[in-house]
Amino acid sequence: MTITANNTQSVAEVVRAALERHGLVKDELIPILNEVNQVLGYLPAEALELVAQEMKVPQSQLFSVASFYNMLSTKPRGRHVIQFCESAPCHVVGGRQVFETLKRELKLESGETSTDGKWTLVTTSCLGVCAVGPVLIVDNDIFGNVTPAQVPDILARYH
Amino acid sequence: MKYFRSHVLLCVDPECLKHGAHEVMDALQDELVAEGLINEVQVLETSRIGGCSNGPEIMVYPEGIHYANLTVDDIPYLVEEHFLKGRVAQKLVMPIEKVVDEELSAPTHKEIRIVLRNCGVIDPENIEDYIAEDGYMALAKCLTEYTPDQVISTVLESGLRGRGGAGFPTGKKWQLARNSPDFPKYLVCNADEGDPGAFMNRRVLESDPHSVIEGMVIAAYAIGASQGYIYCRAEYPIAVRTLNIGIRQAREMGLLGHNILGTDFSFDLEVRMGAGAFVCGEETALMSSIEGKRGEPRPRPPFPAQRGVFGRPTNINNVETYANIPQIMLRGAEWYASMGTEKSKGTKTFALAGDVKHTGLVEVPLGLSLREIIYDVGGGIKDDKPFKAIQTGGPMGGCLPEEYLDLPIDYEALAAAGSIMGSGGLVVMDDETCMVDIARFFMEFTQDESCGKCVPCRVGTRRILEILQRICNGEGKEEDLNTLDELCAEIKSTSLCGLGQGAPNPVESTLKHFRAEYEAHIREKRCPAKVCKALIRYDILESICTGCTVCARNCPVNAISGERRQAHHIDPDVCIRCGICMQVCNFNAIEIN
Repeated sequence: MTITANNTQSVAEVVRAALERHGLVKDELIPILNEVNQVLGYLPAEALELVAQEMKVPQSQLFSVASFYNMLSTKPRGRHVIQFCESAPCHVVGGRQVFETLKRELKLESGETSTDGKWTLVTTSCLGVCAVGPVLIVDNDIFGNVTPAQVPDILARYH
Repeated sequence: MKYFRSHVLLCVDPECLKHGAHEVMDALQDELVAEGLINEVQVLETSRIGGCSNGPEIMVYPEGIHYANLTVDDIPYLVEEHFLKGRVAQKLVMPIEKVVDEELSAPTHKEIRIVLRNCGVIDPENIEDYIAEDGYMALAKCLTEYTPDQVISTVLESGLRGRGGAGFPTGKKWQLARNSPDFPKYLVCNADEGDPGAFMNRRVLESDPHSVIEGMVIAAYAIGASQGYIYCRAEYPIAVRTLNIGIRQAREMGLLGHNILGTDFSFDLEVRMGAGAFVCGEETALMSSIEGKRGEPRPRPPFPAQRGVFGRPTNINNVETYANIPQIMLRGAEWYASMGTEKSKGTKTFALAGDVKHTGLVEVPLGLSLREIIYDVGGGIKDDKPFKAIQTGGPMGGCLPEEYLDLPIDYEALAAAGSIMGSGGLVVMDDETCMVDIARFFMEFTQDESCGKCVPCRVGTRRILEILQRICNGEGKEEDLNTLDELCAEIKSTSLCGLGQGAPNPVESTLKHFRAEYEAHIREKRCPAKVCKALIRYDILESICTGCTVCARNCPVNAISGERRQAHHIDPDVCIRCGICMQVCNFNAIEIN
């Protein structure tokens, strides 16, 4: 679930590498899309076209899979992706206030990317670290027991 | 056999090797030879003594002394002090820090740990640790002493039921898959633990992956499957990693793959990762996702035992179900069935979360009461506030009030109370929780996760959510309650899969047990728990406020005014009810009305 924006490789290279690793088998489609999404940060139309050609799967079917799963994004994402856990255990220990603070500080609503391309704010389903809620993840860093007052400090760590 | 008076364990993990563990090892051996101690002190290579951040490091037994940051130059001094003079070489000692496990503390006296027994005890990335705890002994026993039918009847007699939540008897499920005439057969482990608040499966996969792998191999032998899949959600990257390491090690040892343990039984396993879709925890959706498609459920029958993955007979069980199997096979059906209630045998893991003192995982025999779990195992409510409700079974479960605290937990009792066992999430709520808000919150979740295939779930949950949002905003109408009752009943009876059928549970149960709270929102436009923003306002108590200005400085919208050392005032039209002022006030001068 690493989401990194690494654009040093071309889309074609990334797709080819993923297809090679997993093979042109239809039941490997989700792992393939996952890998492309991880490397590029999202699934550009070009990538979906290439995968469709190589795997001989209609593009419509690819799009239906890509749009179904939360972790696959067909829209570009920011340099840093903040995932906020919106699950009940985090909610009852003050998660909502943390999320409101996040939205206010970033001036973003859930699912949006800032115009300067720095931040994307998304909510995620339960991360399973409920013992330390409220929980948020920035890129790969996980923060637990977050309070609204800590939010600016956490954001300031990323450039 | 040779006896030694002292054993030195030296860590040879990559990190310690990088810092010269081998050089220290050689120097130690040489020095022991030089001092004539090599027949009294044995040096053994091992791993993971103190975490490698202070390597090279050794542990000396029987004293249990940990020496760290060793260099070759330290060795003569160490050998002289410790092994010749028999005293601790103080300047090299480093006490091992006890790591606090926030998820799993030492078991309380009401707990019995079967599934969690190895968690935090063994090294999950080392199969030998698992084998040392009787690991794979059950598999060997099954393959050499039991026929597949005997394995199934043992599981049947144990009374084990599906730990994913539905509680179908595991042995019966295996029998159905075994009797299915079609080949090849598949075995699937549902590790798509999506229920918010449930993380027992993640913990088992991360801390004891081999118990699941062993359970699966036994199941595969029983039903005659040749290929297995563990479908793990992508939100659990560490679990995926430990599983892959475990599978590789099991294969190397001949415990997976061709001719397992030298018999003619062959079975292999593969981990499949999800991509973030809650509905994939539903078995038919999960199998569709394994095939690389959208994870949408389909009607049953045909059941997976007849037509599952790739249209073949498939047995699908939850992580916890499989993890119970090796212990049942080793210790016997009778032992397992001696725990629990009449219809629900054995133990169940629960994840305690919310406003309870000790959050984290617990494993208790079924039949314990909710009160015992919350107060005896969980230590009671945080800050000793009054208990208000407990939500069991995740987003498809119900909220139970205080009257149900003495309910003995088993599948039937929870269902009769209007909730479910589910995967075992227990969210405890104190009196500052608004039940209408909670119902709205769960509806937001199910509405978001509804796959959209069937109308009752897709549209019905949306309508419920809209009504609840209106009520929380103070715009509720008298007829809303009846509409909600009707919608809940309709969605329950007409949805395709468990997600839709369970979705109304949080609303239905709160309507039943906390109806007065709904009525207060609708009739008096009042939120008794002081949570719903549209129905509350923050005020500063002038008699307590010292005018320290901390609230005004922290207010994100500058809604607070007042001179230094004078009582402050909140402008309700500007205030966004974020509650920061209340958190930062050192004098408790802010109240919610």
